[in-house]
Amino acid sequence: MNLYDLIFYLFAAITIVSAVIVVNAKNIVYAAFSLMFTFFGVAGLYVLLGADFIAIVQVMVYIGGILVLLLFGVMLTHKITSVDIKTGTVQLIPALIIIGIFAAVLVGLMYSTHWATKPAEIPVTTTKSLGNLLVTEYVLIFELLGILLLVAMIGAATIARRDGEK
Amino acid sequence: MESIGLNHFLVVSAILFSLGIYAVVTRKNAIMVLMGIELILNSANINFVAFSRYGNSGLGGQITALFVIILAAAEAAIALAIVLNLYKTFAHVNIDEIDKLNS
Amino acid sequence: MNDIILINISIITLLLPLFGFGLIILFSKRFPKLYMLGIGLLIVNFVLAVILLYAKLSNFLTQDINFQFTWIDFGNVPYLGNVHIDLGLKIDNITVIMLFVVNLISMLVHIYSLEYMKGDKRFNRYYAYLGIFTFSMIGIVIANNLLMIYIFWELVGLSSYLLIGFWYEKKSAADASKKAFITNRVGDLGMFIGILIVFTTYHTFTFDSIFEQISNGVLPFDSNAWLTATGILIFMGAVGKSAQFPLHVWLPDAMEGPTPVSALIHSATMVAAGVYLSLRIFAMLTADAMLVIAVVGGFTSFLAATIAITQNDIKRVLAYSTVSQLGYMVMAVGVGAFQYAFFHLITHAFFKSNLFLGSGSVIHAMHHEQDMRQMGGLRKKMPVTYAAFIVSSLAISGIPLTSGFLSKDGLLAGSLAFAHLTGHWLLPTFGFLVALMTAFYMFRLVIMTFHGEPRNKEKYNHAHESPFVMVLPLIVLTALSLFFWYTPNPVGPEQGWFLSEWVRPAETVVPQETRFDFMKTTGEEVSGHSAGAVVFSEEYEHAMHWAHIPTLILSLLLGGLGILFAFVIYHWRKIDPDELAEKFKSLYLFSLNKWYVDEFYQATFIAGTLKLSYLLSLFDKYVVDGIVNGTAFVTRGISTVSGIFDKYVVDGLVNFTAFLSGLIGLGFRRLQSGRIQTYLVLVIFSLILLLLFFEPF
Repeated sequence: MNLYDLIFYLFAAITIVSAVIVVNAKNIVYAAFSLMFTFFGVAGLYVLLGADFIAIVQVMVYIGGILVLLLFGVMLTHKITSVDIKTGTVQLIPALIIIGIFAAVLVGLMYSTHWATKPAEIPVTTTKSLGNLLVTEYVLIFELLGILLLVAMIGAATIARRDGEK
Repeated sequence: MESIGLNHFLVVSAILFSLGIYAVVTRKNAIMVLMGIELILNSANINFVAFSRYGNSGLGGQITALFVIILAAAEAAIALAIVLNLYKTFAHVNIDEIDKLNS
Repeated sequence: MNDIILINISIITLLLPLFGFGLIILFSKRFPKLYMLGIGLLIVNFVLAVILLYAKLSNFLTQDINFQFTWIDFGNVPYLGNVHIDLGLKIDNITVIMLFVVNLISMLVHIYSLEYMKGDKRFNRYYAYLGIFTFSMIGIVIANNLLMIYIFWELVGLSSYLLIGFWYEKKSAADASKKAFITNRVGDLGMFIGILIVFTTYHTFTFDSIFEQISNGVLPFDSNAWLTATGILIFMGAVGKSAQFPLHVWLPDAMEGPTPVSALIHSATMVAAGVYLSLRIFAMLTADAMLVIAVVGGFTSFLAATIAITQNDIKRVLAYSTVSQLGYMVMAVGVGAFQYAFFHLITHAFFKSNLFLGSGSVIHAMHHEQDMRQMGGLRKKMPVTYAAFIVSSLAISGIPLTSGFLSKDGLLAGSLAFAHLTGHWLLPTFGFLVALMTAFYMFRLVIMTFHGEPRNKEKYNHAHESPFVMVLPLIVLTALSLFFWYTPNPVGPEQGWFLSEWVRPAETVVPQETRFDFMKTTGEEVSGHSAGAVVFSEEYEHAMHWAHIPTLILSLLLGGLGILFAFVIYHWRKIDPDELAEKFKSLYLFSLNKWYVDEFYQATFIAGTLKLSYLLSLFDKYVVDGIVNGTAFVTRGISTVSGIFDKYVVDGLVNFTAFLSGLIGLGFRRLQSGRIQTYLVLVIFSLILLLLFFEPF
C-alpha cells in the first residue's frame, strides 16, 4: 500500500461517509454541510485521477456556487428559528431494500467487471489542453452552454419572481 | 490488496450513485431531493473522469465532466427557483404532499 | 265488339263490387253516406251485365269465350310431370244470363235495402257485405275452373255467414249464421275431396281440359265408379250450398238475416250456385251420379214442401219453398233436363226474390211481425205488394202465362219422361205431389196474409204500402215473372228463344257404358271443344213428347187443386184448419217440427260430437295435460338443480374472478400513488431486474 492508495481511501471514505450523512441527516442544514465534504472528497478523487482543472472547477462551482445556492434555498424555504427545518422520509423500508439490492448489484458489477484499461500515464497538468479543446473542438457546445446558462439565469429569475413584481 | 485501479473509482461512484438515488427516493424535502441529484451527478462525473484517465482516451471525458458541472449549476438554479415557487404556493416544499394533479 | 272487350268487361264486373266493399269498409267512418257509392257501383255493374248479355247473345251466340292464364307454374314436378295452376274465365250463354240475374237482383236489393234497412246502425257495413257477396257470386259464375269456383264458393259462404249474422246481437241470428257456416262446411268438405281427386287425376282445375281428358278415356283411378264418386263428391258442395237433404237445415234458420239478404242470397243467387255448379259439372256426371242427384233433389223437394205447409212464419214458408224449388232444380239436373234446370233456376230467382222482397215489404209494414197469424186483410192496404205476391205465387204454382209455368212444366215433363224410360216413377210422383203442395202453401200464405179480416187490428192500422224504392224492385221482378221474356208461346217453352237459342243442350263426356241409354252423343262438334253434346235418343224425344200433354194437364190440375184447397180451408173456411190439424195430429206435428231433422241431428251428430268432445277433453285433461304437467315438473326440477349449480358454481366462479380482480386491483392501486418517488423506486426495481436478466457477473 503506497501513498497513492492511502490518499484514495482517505478521499473515498470522506466522500462516502459524508454522503451517507447527507442522505440520512434529519436536519437539512447538516445535510448541506455534509454535502460540502462530499464535494470536497470528490474533488480529491479528481485530483487523484489527474484531472486538476476539473477538481478546481468542482470546488469552485459546487462548493462555491451550488452549495451556497442550496443553502439559500434552505434558508428561503424554512424558518430557520423553527424546528421545522428537519425533514421526514417516505417509503423508507421498500426504498432501503430496493436500493440496497441495487447498490449491491451495481457495486458488484463495477468491481467484478474486467474493464479494458490501458496503463495509466503519468499525470500532467491538463488546464492548457482543456482550454485548447474548449475553443477548438468543442467550441460549439461551449458556446451553447454559455447560452444555456444565460437562459437558465433568466428562467430562474422569472420563475422565482414574486407575483405582481414588474 | 491490489493497487488502486479503475474499479475502485467505479465502486465509489456506484456507492455515491446509490446514495443519491436513496436521497431522491426517500426524502420529503425538495431541497434534499436536489442534493441527491447532485450526488448522482457527482458520481457520474467520477465515472467520466475515471474512464478518461484509465481508458487513456484523451481529455474527452474531462470535457464532458466539465459540461456536466455547468449543467448541474444551471439545473440547480432552475430547480431552486421552482422550489421557491412551490414554497410560495404551498407554504412547504414536501414533494409527497404536492399531488394536485393526482386527485 | 270482340271477345277481348267482353273479357275485360266481365273482369270489371267482377272487381267493381270488391272495390266498393273495400272503399266502404275502409272509409265508412269518414263518409257516412258511402253506401250510395255501393249502390252506384252496382248500377254500373248491372249496366255492364246488360251489355255483356246483349253482346254475347247477339255476337257470340254459339261460341264460348275463354280467357286463361297460368297462375302458378310448379315446373316439372318429379313423378307428376308438368304441374301448373291456371286461372281463367269462361263466358258462355248461361254465364251471361246468370251475370244478368245476379247483378239485377243484387242491384234491386241494394235499392230496396235503402228503405228496409233505414236507420240501422251498421248501414254502411251492410252495403259492404252485399258488395263482397256480389263479388264472390260473380266470381263463381264466371270462373272456368274448379279452384276459382271453390275459392269464391267459400267467399259466398263467408258473406252469407256475415249477412245472416248481421244482427248478431240476436242470439238466434248468431246461432243461425254459425249453423249455416258449419253445415256448409260439411258439403264443402266433400266438394274439396272431389276437387282434389280431379286434380290428382287430371293435373288441372279447368273444366274444359278435364272434360277433354274424360272424353279421351282418362278416369280417376281408371274406374267408372270413381268417376261417379267424384261427381257425387263435387255435388256435395251443391248439397250444402243449395240446402239439399240432408244439409237443408241451415236455410230456414238463415231467415234470421235481413229480408233483402234472404231475397238476394238465400233464394235467388247463392243457393242457386249449387245448381249452377251441378250444371257446370254436368258433363262429367255418370248415370249413377245423376240418379243419386235426382233422388236427393226429388226427396228434398218433397220434404221441404211438406214442412212448408204447416209453418206460420212468413219467411220460413218461403224458405222451405226455396228448398223445395231447389230440390226441383237438382232433380231436373239428375234426370237430364239440363235446360229446364237452368230455366227454372232463372225464373225461380226472379219470382222467389220477388216473394221475399214482397214479404219484406209486408214485414216492414207490420213493424217486423213475421207471424202470418198476426196478419190478414193487407190486400187493401198494400195493393202493389199484393199484386206482386199474387203473380209470383201463380208463377211458383205453375199457372200458365207465368214464367214459372214454363220452367216447372218442362222440368216435370223431363222427370216424367225419365221415369218412363228408366222406370223410376217415384221422382215424377214426388214432383207432382210437390206441385200440389206448392200451390197449396203459397196460397195459404197469400190468403193468411192478404185476405180475410185483419187478425191484429193494431198492427193492421199502422200498416201502409211501402215507399217507392221498395215497390220498384217488386214491380221489376213481377214483370220478369211473366212468360213473354222467355218465349212467345205461353204454354210451349221449347220454341222460345231462351231454350232454343240461349241455353244450349247439355253435353256429356262420360264413357258410353256409364250413361243413360237415352243420352248418346253423335260425336258432332256442337260447341267449341270436343265434348259431344247430348243428343237425346229418339226414344227420349218420344217420351218428352208423350210426357208433355199429361204433364200440362196434371200440373194445371194439381196447381188448381192446391189453390182451391187453400181457398176452401183458409178463405171460405169450409174446413177448419185447426180441426184438420187435430185429425192428423201426428202428421201435422211431424211437418210442423220439420220432420224432426234438427232434433235428429241434435241427438246424433251434435250430442255425439259433444260426447266425443267430452271424452277427448277427459283424455286431454288427464293424458295430454298429464304429459305436459309431467314434463313441466321434470323441467322445473332440472331447472332448480341447474339454478343451484348456476347460483353457486357459475356465479361463484364469476364472483371469485371479480373478487380476485378487485384484490389484484387493490394491490396495484397502491402503485398508482401519483408520487414520483414511488415510481422511481419501481424504475430502479426494474433496472435491477434488467441487470440481473443480462447476468453481468
